[in-house]
Amino acid sequence: LPCHIFNVCFRTVEPLEYYRRFLKENCRPDGRELGEFRTTTVNVGSIGTADGSSLVKLGNTTVICGIKAEFGAPPTDAPDKGYIVPNVDLSPLCSWRFRSGPPGEEAQVASQFIADVIENSQIIQKEDLCISPGKLAWVLYCDLICLNHDGNILDACTFALLAALKNVQLPEVNINEETALAEVNLKKKSYLNIRTHPVATSFAVFDDTLLIVDPTEEEEHLATGTLTVVTDEEGKLCCLHKPGGSGLTGAKLQDCMSRAVTRHKEVKKLMDEVFKSMKPK
Amino acid sequence: MEESMQIETKVRAESGTESGPRGASCTLRHFACEQNLLSRPDGSASFLQGVAEKSRERLIRNTCEAVVLGALHPRTSITVVLQVISDAGSLLACCLNAACMALVDAGVPMRALFCGVTCALDSDGTLMLDPTAKQEKEARAVLTFALDSVERKLLMSTTKGLYSDTELQQCLAAAQAASQHVFRFYRESLQRRYSKS
Repeated sequence: LPCHIFNVCFRTVEPLEYYRRFLKENCRPDGRELGEFRTTTVNVGSIGTADGSSLVKLGNTTVICGIKAEFGAPPTDAPDKGYIVPNVDLSPLCSWRFRSGPPGEEAQVASQFIADVIENSQIIQKEDLCISPGKLAWVLYCDLICLNHDGNILDACTFALLAALKNVQLPEVNINEETALAEVNLKKKSYLNIRTHPVATSFAVFDDTLLIVDPTEEEEHLATGTLTVVTDEEGKLCCLHKPGGSGLTGAKLQDCMSRAVTRHKEVKKLMDEVFKSMKPK
Repeated sequence: MEESMQIETKVRAESGTESGPRGASCTLRHFACEQNLLSRPDGSASFLQGVAEKSRERLIRNTCEAVVLGALHPRTSITVVLQVISDAGSLLACCLNAACMALVDAGVPMRALFCGVTCALDSDGTLMLDPTAKQEKEARAVLTFALDSVERKLLMSTTKGLYSDTELQQCLAAAQAASQHVFRFYRESLQRRYSKS
């Protein structure tokens, strides 16, 4: 059999063995090292109808985030706070694994993960979203739509959300004392106060021992476990998400932390470049 | 029906075990375990420890999948049903312990046992193991770990709140030490159950 046909057959029939041959040489079939991320690109503000938007690509994985700000009544137990409502949409468009209809388990888990990251990192002070305590507050609906699922959806969604939130501009709102109605001044807009920059770094565990960063869909499928770490700029962790899978020792966990801290610097640098290059409105 | 209930009560009284007074170094609350208290399922256990749903289910399921030797039972579905009787904090850890004991009671082959331990960090960085519901609410961060019995490796982790890298390592070490206590309790309660019948 010619060499390349044999490789294709081998990859289909014995994917794990095929991967092991690469991992033994400390690299992966796409040429990356074990600790290397795929090319990350981000584009901000491309959706004109949204109040804030971003598009993030991690290799082939593509996630778009659109944020719409609407009025709502503050919760009764926290009258001086607004809401941030994230939703991750994984449709058949992005992968053959998903069916249309109500959100499947992966989409629900991703939505919950993003909600947890927002809550734990305190990326936005919810009090900043309040317009009139007890009466009116901003509700930010964050829709994260995956356009192409090639693994590591959590990292892409976190990054897309962060970039979109930085892009959001809210108009000034005054409550007219006489009519008790809200008056929106669309000419005067201001950016949100983003307090921290949470960045997610995901790993896949192979054969209970080997850790690889930024898994593709094929690698996620072959992995025996996954781990996602979310860090902020001070190196604090706002999420250590390990939903079962092979066990990890404390030392391996420490290696993951160090890689996550490095990744945070990479992402922050990329975001600063993008926002600096955008012309102020 | 009444006869079987009486038999069940009798079995419960005989096979129920309670953990003894806690050692000075361990700060887990008192816990007790009863096994085989439901007659219809293949195995059942209740885990009483101290006085967000789809995601919790997934965490428990993935932890079980990591230890259960599924290859020995092809084309089989193993359903684990957990009913919360009362929630006094550290709920996920308690669910994990109950799931493990029920799997053992059902005779499902596993490569290791697992246990859940919850850790809370308050605003000045004090570590609290097995927090009550009140302590969880007031804590700066709450970390829940599932550890395996063979090498105390981390099988599952879910965290809430903000914490540093060193604090994570401290919590993990404390959880690994506490898990010894839980695994010893598993062993004792199983020994007591099988020595009587």
